[in-house]
Amino acid sequence: MAAVTETLDTVQSVTQSGYKWGFETTIEMDFAPKGLSEDIIRLISTRKEEPEWMLEWRLKAYAAWLKMEEPHWARVDHPPIDYQDLHYYAAPKKKAGPKSLDEVDPELLKMYEKLGIPLKERAILAGVDPDTVEDRQVAVDAVFDSVSVATTFKATLSKAGVIFCPISEAIREHPDLVKQYLGTVVPTGDNFFAALNSAVFTDGSFVYIPKGVRCPMELSTYFRINARNTGQFERTLIIAEAGSHVSYLEGCTAPQRDENQLHAAVVELIAMDDAQIKYSTVQNWYPGDANGKGGIYNFVTKRGACRGARSKISWTQVETGSAITWKYPSCVLHGEDSVGEFYSVAVTNNHQQADTGTKMIHIGKGSRSTIISKGISAGHSNNTYRGLVRMLPGAANARNFTQCDSLLIGDQCGAHTVPYIESRNPTAKVEHEATTSKIADDQLFYCRQRGLSEEDAVSLIVNGFCKDVLKELPMEFAVEAQKLLAVSLEGSVG
Amino acid sequence: MLEIRGLAASINEKPILKGIDLTVPAGEVHAIMGPNGSGKSTLGYVLSGREDYVVTGGTATFNGVDLLTMEPEQRAAAGLFLAFQAPIELPGVNNANFLRTALNAIRRAHGESELDAVQFLKLAKAETKRLAMPDDMLKRNVNVGFSGGEKKRNEVLQMALLRPRLAILDETDSGLDIDALKIVADGVNALRRPEFSALVITHHQRLLDYLVPNRVHVLLHGRIVRSGGPELAKELEKSGYAELIAEAA
Repeated sequence: MAAVTETLDTVQSVTQSGYKWGFETTIEMDFAPKGLSEDIIRLISTRKEEPEWMLEWRLKAYAAWLKMEEPHWARVDHPPIDYQDLHYYAAPKKKAGPKSLDEVDPELLKMYEKLGIPLKERAILAGVDPDTVEDRQVAVDAVFDSVSVATTFKATLSKAGVIFCPISEAIREHPDLVKQYLGTVVPTGDNFFAALNSAVFTDGSFVYIPKGVRCPMELSTYFRINARNTGQFERTLIIAEAGSHVSYLEGCTAPQRDENQLHAAVVELIAMDDAQIKYSTVQNWYPGDANGKGGIYNFVTKRGACRGARSKISWTQVETGSAITWKYPSCVLHGEDSVGEFYSVAVTNNHQQADTGTKMIHIGKGSRSTIISKGISAGHSNNTYRGLVRMLPGAANARNFTQCDSLLIGDQCGAHTVPYIESRNPTAKVEHEATTSKIADDQLFYCRQRGLSEEDAVSLIVNGFCKDVLKELPMEFAVEAQKLLAVSLEGSVG
Repeated sequence: MLEIRGLAASINEKPILKGIDLTVPAGEVHAIMGPNGSGKSTLGYVLSGREDYVVTGGTATFNGVDLLTMEPEQRAAAGLFLAFQAPIELPGVNNANFLRTALNAIRRAHGESELDAVQFLKLAKAETKRLAMPDDMLKRNVNVGFSGGEKKRNEVLQMALLRPRLAILDETDSGLDIDALKIVADGVNALRRPEFSALVITHHQRLLDYLVPNRVHVLLHGRIVRSGGPELAKELEKSGYAELIAEAA
């Protein structure tokens, strides 16, 4: 099987070089001073050339944040975070603003090359007509630290009426849309990290799919943290008007670090009548070393609102990275017969901690949700599924099915399942299934007797365990995800 | 050629094999018979390298190579195949993928080119046809939801594809009806060639009607207590092991 061969290659390259993406580009950074205050927020807003209402919005969020406390209910443990010891703004130094790729720092392009990002700009730089290089049909809004440097396929997308741009640009160019929707799914005061994000977010993506439009390509954003001690506060807003379809891919790798880095993103999705949004994530932030030193703190708020009848929001995530993951991509099912889905693979190894899951809030009649969660724990890690299914009084005949499986590798790790179920409608139906298993010695031996190495055997068994989730990913992500699973579990057996 | 000298092994510090001497020349099929608990399956596991078993003495070489120091996958690459008495289920792992991964691992170890999906499927479908197995067996997950007979046939399919030079069949005939039994026997017979050896562990003479062994050995209390030609199996079928057990006591 080719994927296994690739997996093997990947594992080998990783064992030789340590964390594969552990390089750091030497682009000069433009930092705001450390710490957080109204002045810093004003600076961010000014640098982003934002209108006054946006600044007001940020300051309101900041005021709310000041009164909030960091949540401690998750099963994760970390030293206190000094929020005044972080940079809240860093931008690659630019000359006159990267309006075209000619003006983009070549270091940056080299970095994308290292990352294997299929940025068509290289072809464009070489003088090729962008219309002739659209074979791959993946648009990339590349986010380098906090400033979006290049947006591809804009022409094709705008022909379809799709808006896909950095959110900072959307704030300037499409203020009415942003004003109408920003913070309506995740309010500024929703939670500690969402409030912090609202106050200081520096970039992210904005997607608007007009009525009846099927987005002509998969939308893809690659995030990457690249500045020491810089928190990454991405903000993404996706609006799918009635009858529209969009599939959005988000993938991350991060350079190796000694210090912990805070990442607190907010993603808001809005689906109107009959609209469908598919949001796929492969998350591979630096997880820290084998002793638990370093690694990213990933405190993310992702929520989708199925506002319209028969609308559908589907979250698929493969979480292999980060020292700590705190993340619950959720669906609020307002619309009648609306559908929410959550497919998740969360892998923890060494000293990683993951507390992840979803919330399905059923409001509309006949709304349905499916939750498939696969947790894999190895090393000394802890992996928690935390999920809420809430059936509100109006959710007549609503249904939920939850399947929550845990796989343990070794005997030093933990798997925890914390499902909350609240039903306030007697016709609503909620099902929950959960299993916990270990990779059995006899499974490993069986594979090895057939000629597979131990690493390949683990990879095969783990990929089998995750199959129900992996098949939800777009093809090219599925292959990457398989590789990541193998890399993340490297050295976990034997 | 498989050569075993004074092989002793234990599990959880309990001795199971207590000095096995056995030679299986290239091109021969030998049957291992004996009552439950005599160490037959242990012999298969020890030769294939299962970690729970600790070798406490003796040697086992295959074509002059020391088997006992090799990892299980290295032994597989050297040509050893164990058909499991209770084949293991691998949930979510597609049978065709598993077989191709295994076959390519072994091909790689031999410096041969890997088969792509199309080449592999052609090969696999020819084998499933020959073994009278439904094609959908390739699409299902490894042994998951297979009946006892299907699991055993799946083992024979793997063996046919991997083309081992030393096959150990651990009661592959148990629980099979006569037609399935013939398929298993045919599967092994099809592999018979001058450089192929097999150890067939069985309780029953029945399989040996179709898969005629060169030699039959009786294992009792971790030792081979009697060896003979194919007629020995027939004799045991009539008289049972009681006499041998009494002799050994």
